[in-house]
Amino acid sequence: MTQTDFRAAFLEELTRVAPDIDPATVGDDDHIQDDLGLDSMDVLNLVVALHDRLGIDIPEAQYVEIATPRLASAYLASKVAAGA
Amino acid sequence: MPSLGADMETGTLVEWLIAPGSRVHRGDTVAVIETQKGAIEIEIFEEGIVHRLEAALGDDLPVGAPMAIILAEGEAAPSDDAARTHEPQAASGPAPLAAAPPVASPRPSVPPATTVPPSQGGAAASPAARLRARELGVDLASIEGSGPNGVIVLSDIERTGPGGRREPQPSPAGSPMTEMRKAIAAAMTRSKETIPHVYLSHTIDLQRAIDWLAAHNREKPPQERILLGALFVRATALAARDSKDLNGHYLADGFHASDMVNPGVAVALRGGGLVAPALMDAPAMTLTETMAGIRDLVTRARAGRLKGSEMTGGTITVSALGESGCDMMTGIIFPPQVALVGLGAPQTRPWVVDGTVVPRSVVTVCVSADHRVADGRQISRFITEFETLLQRPEAL
Repeated sequence: MTQTDFRAAFLEELTRVAPDIDPATVGDDDHIQDDLGLDSMDVLNLVVALHDRLGIDIPEAQYVEIATPRLASAYLASKVAAGA
Repeated sequence: MPSLGADMETGTLVEWLIAPGSRVHRGDTVAVIETQKGAIEIEIFEEGIVHRLEAALGDDLPVGAPMAIILAEGEAAPSDDAARTHEPQAASGPAPLAAAPPVASPRPSVPPATTVPPSQGGAAASPAARLRARELGVDLASIEGSGPNGVIVLSDIERTGPGGRREPQPSPAGSPMTEMRKAIAAAMTRSKETIPHVYLSHTIDLQRAIDWLAAHNREKPPQERILLGALFVRATALAARDSKDLNGHYLADGFHASDMVNPGVAVALRGGGLVAPALMDAPAMTLTETMAGIRDLVTRARAGRLKGSEMTGGTITVSALGESGCDMMTGIIFPPQVALVGLGAPQTRPWVVDGTVVPRSVVTVCVSADHRVADGRQISRFITEFETLLQRPEAL
């Protein structure tokens, strides 16, 4: 998977958690809580979804690493590459 | 048509989950209606066999209107069958769908502990999706949902609907959000007009709870992690059990304390709006079950699949601002309840611990209560108990 694939996967799970978000309007630097309005339950559901889909466990302390699509694609790529 | 709130006047039938001949049991979901607060699943509180459906899909029915005739075991069909009278409560005594029972009645409906149950029958869809489907004349049953648990969301309708995707249009009057704001306006205005609110607030050291939660979650896969909000709901449920004057309903004949504690959990809907479905009999749950219950409520609130009993069964409300933001909220009581526990976002503040000033995470709780029922002393006792519980998170 390329970083573009990770971005697509992230956006897909993001919009599954928050179906009213149009993925076409999400910017690379949009903050999932401050800009897109996810609350702590949404973020947890997103982390669960990414865990199920990619098999990676994002610890609470690293939730900041998926705060924007740009951060998340880089973070997910590195986690998967590290065999997490 | 049951009343799902004091300000509800009508509801629109959008789905029948039963048919003539169906056997129904107390607590079964029998229909879905659209209200100002979105689509709500209607439960039945009678046993029997469905004799006849009185209401048709799309009917906008006033509260109290008969929706179906249910016959008890061995009961003869009403003699007016041929005439198909629409008078409520036919003399022969077939049971109309009952509104939710009073809060004090025993009801063993504890939400499932770990998983979100699949909705019973019918197509689960968000309120916005339902409305759009109706506008476009799309049959929900023909659509495969892409939302959580297969729930049909707006984009599914847009994709399938005649003419395909359309440009977003300005919200017409009567859009789901406009209706939701109307419902909130009516309830909050009534609350402020009729309930003499009294407010007590207190700032609580939250460091132990936050540290405990971080350590707990570090060991757990995401699925089993617990949010701070679950601690607040759990502490509210336990404290309310011992505070009879804050837990119940204020009706026309005065205050009725509730034996059961069903905290209404305020859930902000994305795009605006607010609902506070009840977590039934919360004191009987573990913390893990409380978290699962809240997650289930939030998921269904957003998908438009709350139950009627959850809309009316709340006995006290918990409203938390979340992880970041302002430090205090003085909330408005959700009638006919008599108390609301408002929690600001936790803040790091200088705090005196054992005579030394140290940085600690603190949270300010503000309890709004009905002064016709409770005085400062009872509210203060509740808050003290709430604080004590949060100092021993491992015991929650």
